[in-house]
Amino acid sequence: MTQANTPLEYRSHQSQMNILGFWIFLGAEIVLFSTLFASYFVLEHNTAGGPAGQDIFILKDVLIETFLLLTSSFTAGLAIHFMRNNAKNDMIVWTIVTLLLGAGFLYMEINEFIHYVHEGATIQTSGFTAAFFTLLGTHGAHVTFGIIWISLLLFQIAKRGITEKTSSKFFIASLYWHFLDVVWIFIFTFVYLKGMVG
Amino acid sequence: MSLDEFFVTGDPLILGSQIAIGLTMVGLVALITYLKRWKWLWREWFTTVDHKKIGIMYILAGVLMFFRGGVDGLLMKAQTSRPELGFLDAQHYDEIFTTHGVIMILFMAMPLLIGIMNVVVPLQIGARDVAFPKLNALSFWLFFVGAMLFNISFVIGGSPDAGWTSYFPLAGKEFTPGVGNNYYAIALQIAGIGTLATGINFVVTIIKMRAPGMSWMKMPIFTWTSFVTSILIVAAFPIFTVALAFMSLDRLFGTHFFTVAAGGDPMLWLNLFWLWGHPEVYIVVLPAFGMFSEVIATFSRKNLFGYKSMVYAVAGIAFLSMLVWVHHFYTMGNSAAVNSIFSLTTIMIAIPTGVKIFNWLFTMRKGRIEFSNAMLWSLAFIPCFTIGGVTGVMLAMAAADYQYHNTMFLVAHFHYVLIPGVVFAVFAGLYYWWPKMFGFKLNEKIGKWHFWLFVIGFNMTFMPMFFVGLDGMSRRMYTYSESTGWAPWLGFSAVGSVVMAAGFAALCYNIYWSFRYASRDVGSDPWNGRTLEWATASPAPHYNFAVVPEVDRIDDFWYKKKEGKTGIKKSDLKPVHMPSNSWTPIFLGVAFGIVGFFLVFEWFTLAVISSILIVIGLVANSFDYDDGYHIPVDELEEEEREWRGELK
Repeated sequence: MTQANTPLEYRSHQSQMNILGFWIFLGAEIVLFSTLFASYFVLEHNTAGGPAGQDIFILKDVLIETFLLLTSSFTAGLAIHFMRNNAKNDMIVWTIVTLLLGAGFLYMEINEFIHYVHEGATIQTSGFTAAFFTLLGTHGAHVTFGIIWISLLLFQIAKRGITEKTSSKFFIASLYWHFLDVVWIFIFTFVYLKGMVG
Repeated sequence: MSLDEFFVTGDPLILGSQIAIGLTMVGLVALITYLKRWKWLWREWFTTVDHKKIGIMYILAGVLMFFRGGVDGLLMKAQTSRPELGFLDAQHYDEIFTTHGVIMILFMAMPLLIGIMNVVVPLQIGARDVAFPKLNALSFWLFFVGAMLFNISFVIGGSPDAGWTSYFPLAGKEFTPGVGNNYYAIALQIAGIGTLATGINFVVTIIKMRAPGMSWMKMPIFTWTSFVTSILIVAAFPIFTVALAFMSLDRLFGTHFFTVAAGGDPMLWLNLFWLWGHPEVYIVVLPAFGMFSEVIATFSRKNLFGYKSMVYAVAGIAFLSMLVWVHHFYTMGNSAAVNSIFSLTTIMIAIPTGVKIFNWLFTMRKGRIEFSNAMLWSLAFIPCFTIGGVTGVMLAMAAADYQYHNTMFLVAHFHYVLIPGVVFAVFAGLYYWWPKMFGFKLNEKIGKWHFWLFVIGFNMTFMPMFFVGLDGMSRRMYTYSESTGWAPWLGFSAVGSVVMAAGFAALCYNIYWSFRYASRDVGSDPWNGRTLEWATASPAPHYNFAVVPEVDRIDDFWYKKKEGKTGIKKSDLKPVHMPSNSWTPIFLGVAFGIVGFFLVFEWFTLAVISSILIVIGLVANSFDYDDGYHIPVDELEEEEREWRGELK
């Protein structure tokens, strides 16, 4: 099963199980976000006199957020590429770029939230805002968690180098990061774009 | 908040419980200290990652919760035993039926089944542990902490009282102030994370750790049902996670997911709850079906009839279980078309279930049936469960359901499904696998008392509920007038509940008696079993199998016994890799418990500060590169020699 050309992160049986287990966890995450999306669709027009999506969304900022996060997914892919080539320093550099892009996204998103609150749309305003902030907030919390998690892994990679264990841990974190990107694409399409057309 | 708001006061029953709980805690701590067992507890149990020990802890916790949920049930039966009794007031009755429901489903049925899965599945597939042993320990501790948090509600802060389904708007802050329902939202969330982790763990374990040669259709049926249940957990529990998060936000932070006034929608809760809740019923019943299948095949001395159709039936039930949730609220304003569709999908579940019933009957046909206790429970299950199934089809018909929706008829129905389907199965499983866990059998004679008292008591308790339900008694009524004419039925039912409780007491006595006096000389295979768990010593050694068995066919061990090929060779022994104990799971469990407690009381500053504990646990876990250890060949040989005799 394991040959010389098997990627490092898949070499040991335990690593294979870890990666499969994480895929199944991502399956559970898909159910979780699907539920959040479904609830959002149920509540999206229930603004109870408060602002609706098209009253408050600023598409330019959302577009910048989208570019930041999508680019970070690309740079995470580069980091994995260098990991497989056993180029530790390049891998670390691209991971740091990924983290910075992620942090930039978070900064933009927090500002976006503050803007909404100033516009009179807090999480307590209506059914719409509750579902909106919870969906976005869950995604944002995932990004925050990912940044902390990957930072911890960076220390381990720096200290231990690229080994069977560290590579599989890092590979799993990169799966998580890409997943958050996929979720964002759905948010961008079905929350923002759809919200702008009303 | 003053102290008498913190502790629940003013009820002699609860005061008695508070004193009893306090004394028990002090007594336990004193006893463990006196016996100098703290280190042992920490090393052997609290930090263990061994799937068998984790399973035993689940079972122990499940039995404890059975007691708590059972006492709740007895209190309800006492209150309704006569018309217009003042034993419990309406509020207290509401709290008790709420905690009874939650505890019996989530903290009794779930841990007992997951416990048995933990002990048995790795052994049945010839594995040394589950895929993620440390995660498995975390699952247990999260469940346990969640259960404890939920259980203290009745003495600290007040119980939840909006029913186990906690429908909005009733469960919202407006109609249910106080912290009771916060307990519901937070404790179930913590336990739910643990359950989700268990689901993932068993899916990977069963996909990746089966013994060489054990292809999918050579897997024991209990492993199959555990696999399908694990998939259902992964598919359904995240929905509940979201529903509970919405509930927590509504109650703790004043959002409007479910409050109509600000554009929320209470029906959203109902849909989300039952999108999880209905699969949840099958999550508990499928492994139970697997246990019956193993027991019936073993004690009929035949292979399971229609093994493949069993597998397809389980998969079919699991699939359909995701498509029936609306049948829990036919009467709440759906269109006729929607009701008809869900009526059809619900009735369709009877088809694969019927297949299973007939397979069990045909397995017994022309078998040499041995009436052991495990088998008795399986035999009692079939007719009792069929009553539950048939009344289920009655409820599934939307038009007819308008007549008995939310009556005692429904209550009787789901007790006829869940008690034979799950509780009987757990009893069968406990009698059956007890020697594999502990190295001695439960006493068969005391077991007969347990069996007859419980089965007769069960039927006495719940059969009358069908009739008062058809006569119009709605569920959750805390009292009724003489003129209804229900008094004889409910009085009889109350007597039945005492008989059932006596059955449970007999089980506890049986465990005590067998622990003290039962013969320790049961051998590795006391029931002449068919599957791999019987191929190793009883109790199973911590490494499970000295040599990983190879499998050629279904019930391989049964045939190997006939061919005399169950021995192992000394030359095949290799050092066995084992995972090390870990403190992080119990630490994280406690950390979640503390944060959860503060959230329940809405002490947000404390909750934020104490969540640093969770971060510490996670970081420590991330930096833990412990590779486990190896058991040397000498040690393996010595342990194996003890029960196999000299190795060749």
